[in-house]
Amino acid sequence: MIMRKKCWYLLTLTLLLYTLSNIKAFSQDIPERPVPPRLVNDFAGILNSEEVSILERKLVAFNDSTSTQIAIVIVPSLNGFDKSDYAQRLAEKWGIGLKGLNNGILILVKPKTSDSNGQVFIAQGYGLEGAIPDLTCSEIVDYEILPSFRAGDYFTGLNNAANTIMSLASGEFSAAEYGQKAKKNSHENSPIGIIIIVVIVIAILFGRSGGSNNKHISTGGLPFWLLMGSMGSGSGSHSGSWGGFSGGGGGGFGGFGGGSFGGGGAGGSW
Amino acid sequence: MKKGCLISIIIGGFLALIVLGIVLWGTKAYNGMVTMSEGVTSQWGNVETQYQRRSDLIPNFVNTVKGAANFEQTTLTQVIEARAKATSVTIDPTKMTSENMQQFQQAQGQVSSALSRLMVVVEQYPELKATQNFRDLQVELEGTENRISVERRKFNDVARVFNTYIKRFPQNFIAGMFGFQAKPYFDSVEGAEKAPEVKF
Repeated sequence: MIMRKKCWYLLTLTLLLYTLSNIKAFSQDIPERPVPPRLVNDFAGILNSEEVSILERKLVAFNDSTSTQIAIVIVPSLNGFDKSDYAQRLAEKWGIGLKGLNNGILILVKPKTSDSNGQVFIAQGYGLEGAIPDLTCSEIVDYEILPSFRAGDYFTGLNNAANTIMSLASGEFSAAEYGQKAKKNSHENSPIGIIIIVVIVIAILFGRSGGSNNKHISTGGLPFWLLMGSMGSGSGSHSGSWGGFSGGGGGGFGGFGGGSFGGGGAGGSW
Repeated sequence: MKKGCLISIIIGGFLALIVLGIVLWGTKAYNGMVTMSEGVTSQWGNVETQYQRRSDLIPNFVNTVKGAANFEQTTLTQVIEARAKATSVTIDPTKMTSENMQQFQQAQGQVSSALSRLMVVVEQYPELKATQNFRDLQVELEGTENRISVERRKFNDVARVFNTYIKRFPQNFIAGMFGFQAKPYFDSVEGAEKAPEVKF
């Protein structure tokens, strides 16, 4: 009888230990693929539901029209991984992008807390290494993401980054063109220049009132440097061409396609 | 007499079926090994591409650093020498052994450690770190180091699948018969082979 009791104790203890070890292993791992599939995953709760749905709709529409999958994942902790390593493992595990095309891109964010730095990393799938090289990822982080993130505005940073990545992935402008414009802007941000640009932007927005509503929303998200660049260089064909992406998209996101990642990309911290 | 004949035909047919089954299974196992082995070879190609990429970046990087006024020469020379040595060590992916894998890793590991020493020295040159050219190259180099570690990990994964397959019963007979060898692995945590810290 006593033997039996002992046996039971042992069994319970083993089971308990087993469960505990499983829980531990789980928490240290990379998060599982979301069910139902979503492109914007805020595990840290820094965006409100409206911001999440704006980004999600935009990215789903882009996925529907180009098959390129841009995922935004916000995690409370990198669980001891380096940000590049974490991004690659998560992107590969979820299979962002389509199999064979490997046209996925991941924007990984670990928000700043009182006792740790914020981390951000953009990882591109094999198929996008040409359109969005590491250097460009680094420029997007430096010029689009970090200025907003430092000010605590996560949504604007992510939104600008998503817009730039969509333009790069769809070949609207090349990585080199983007780099030039981004750098140019970072050098010449005199207040007069910005005022002039704002006036021009407003003029354009009002001038196009005849167009569809979508154009307004998405043109509003255009970063200043792009407008300035397109004004300055005379190649004004960029502006307004994002109208097609924000068309509502109908249903939700269909799911990740098994894209593969080679460890490329760049990031930053603040 | 007739009955005996019938029994031997049945037994013969049964044996023939067994032999056919073994042959079919053997073919499948053999083809599986060939496919997997090719997978390992092509993944080795990916690993080499990334090492090559780093090797191509180094001259550019060294030149940029050289441009900084009286930059310490020893660390630069070490990087150049390690790179030259590493380019001479290559592996024929069809004849991979743990010895030549070790040599390859050692040679590349020396490049990694020379590079990380260079990065430590660069810390003393803030005006160099601030230049756009240096920062661009640093991003490229960092990306390449990340790619190297990812491709190495993927290589170990496919090699492990292949090795497990050929070592398991009963595939080990087929592997032995056709001389399939286990593939060597990259050491996952060796001090010298860790990606150098190129973060500032």
